[in-house]
Amino acid sequence: MPTQGQRRWIAFSTLLTREIRRFIRIWPQTLLPPAITMTLYFVIFGNLIGSRIGQMSGFNYIDYIAPGIIMMAVINNSYANVASSFFSAKFQNHIEELLIAPIPNYLILAGYVAGGAARGLLVGLIVTVVSLFFTALPVQHLFMTLSMVFLSAIMFALGGFINAIYAKSFDEIAIIPTFILTPLTYLGGIFYSIDLLPEFWQQASLFNPILYMVNAFRYGFLGVSDIPVSFAFSIIILCIVGLTTFALYLLNKGTGLRH
Amino acid sequence: MKALSIRHLTKVYNNGLKALDGISLDVEQGDFFALLGPNGAGKSTTIGIITSLITKTDGDVTVFGIDLETNPEQAKTYLGLVPQEFNFNGFEQVKHILITQAGYYGMPAYEAEPRADKLLKQLGLWEKRSTPSRALSGGMKRRLMIARALIHEPKLLILDEPTAGVDIELRRSMWLFLEQINAQGTTIILTTHYLEEAENLCRNIAIIDQGSIVENTDMKSLLNRLDKETFILDLESPLTEQLKLDNIDITQIGPTTLEVVIKKEDALNDLFVTLTQQGITVTSMKNKANRLEELFLSLVEKTEPK
Repeated sequence: MPTQGQRRWIAFSTLLTREIRRFIRIWPQTLLPPAITMTLYFVIFGNLIGSRIGQMSGFNYIDYIAPGIIMMAVINNSYANVASSFFSAKFQNHIEELLIAPIPNYLILAGYVAGGAARGLLVGLIVTVVSLFFTALPVQHLFMTLSMVFLSAIMFALGGFINAIYAKSFDEIAIIPTFILTPLTYLGGIFYSIDLLPEFWQQASLFNPILYMVNAFRYGFLGVSDIPVSFAFSIIILCIVGLTTFALYLLNKGTGLRH
Repeated sequence: MKALSIRHLTKVYNNGLKALDGISLDVEQGDFFALLGPNGAGKSTTIGIITSLITKTDGDVTVFGIDLETNPEQAKTYLGLVPQEFNFNGFEQVKHILITQAGYYGMPAYEAEPRADKLLKQLGLWEKRSTPSRALSGGMKRRLMIARALIHEPKLLILDEPTAGVDIELRRSMWLFLEQINAQGTTIILTTHYLEEAENLCRNIAIIDQGSIVENTDMKSLLNRLDKETFILDLESPLTEQLKLDNIDITQIGPTTLEVVIKKEDALNDLFVTLTQQGITVTSMKNKANRLEELFLSLVEKTEPK
């Protein structure tokens, strides 16, 4: 007879396994597109245009943008996985399988977030392998690189979860990525250093959480960052705590799930 | 031991609809219990609250003595639900659905696998174990929901109209299966629109209407309250003149069809003797509605808003 702790672990790992099985089953929709898109980024922005841009912060342009492109793939996929999976579960009503089961809400959240992070990290790994065809991708600070990609995946999986809780249609899980996430990603210093921006836009960029992730992640590879990495860490941890608290509040309240 | 105890359960939805008005109900361990009521009476709301799919406004629910509000994790381990609507992932394979559900209840895979195999075989789904659930027929989907509800061996199984839209052959096989698991000790609560189903299977019954329990008793006592039954008689040849029988309420509803209301204290023999004396031959006879249906309608009509 499993103890309560064992039962909870089995429930969590079951949910995580189901999530991983889901995105692997539909790999042409989940794993292949980012590999193709990011390859195009490397070819166009890295090789074709990048060779004419010259150096950015002392590095070849393709070396400079590679960490940001990997991070962009991680962010988008972590978010999209949870948003679409959790919303589909609501849409098809099979979320009820979880709601009637003896699983605490924090484990439901943990299972979905871990599933989203797993897809983000796997896609990140695929894009990293792709990037090795274009750049050497040196790693200066391994711990920083790994912890930042891991935390970013968790943070955006949490964002996807909250989006899915509120969403009432498939359109509503596309609105946030299209109108908020993508602009923030492009304005998050993936393709440029914020030092190139006028003073006002430099200050405005500091309100973009993706800037911190990209820069701290880039610091892990190249050892350069537009902002102090410890500050970046603090911001991301703060965001994760805030999003986790809010997501749990919504789950406990039953928002979008229970009448 | 009470499998389920509900006290003063109230539900008011955000739109102001009072779906449950302080109902109280007990279901004993091992019972086969019918929860009946017309559409919108509050059955699904009651089941939704018991299974944590709907939040209550007030009241208490305990499952095998465990309070659902203070200790939901333990209370939920005792419950299995077969919902009214299909609610599994249509893209997942049949066996995966069972193994996953077992996992949610903390059942390790080495226990879940053989149990899933056994249930799939018992419910005639073994051949479909690797099929995505969306490819199953309606009857198979119903059986899959029963298998899923039983995978963690719940002590209390709640079935919300499990045989809706199921053909009679399959319905009867499902009844047999449910009787078997009830005999093995699983307490069952059944809601259904097939009152014949409730009459045949259930030992105790509650009728809910407009958010209140209007009847809660054992099936035998309830049926004993029926003071009359209505029969439809098919005649060999059309009646040539209007039929009148003393003390028997009889209506001609077709050239060769009669509707006869017999009081409980009257014998059917008297009817047939009288008909025979008048040279009328009856070729077949059936109940107009089953006995529980007549009682159900009379109880529900009493609470209709005037």
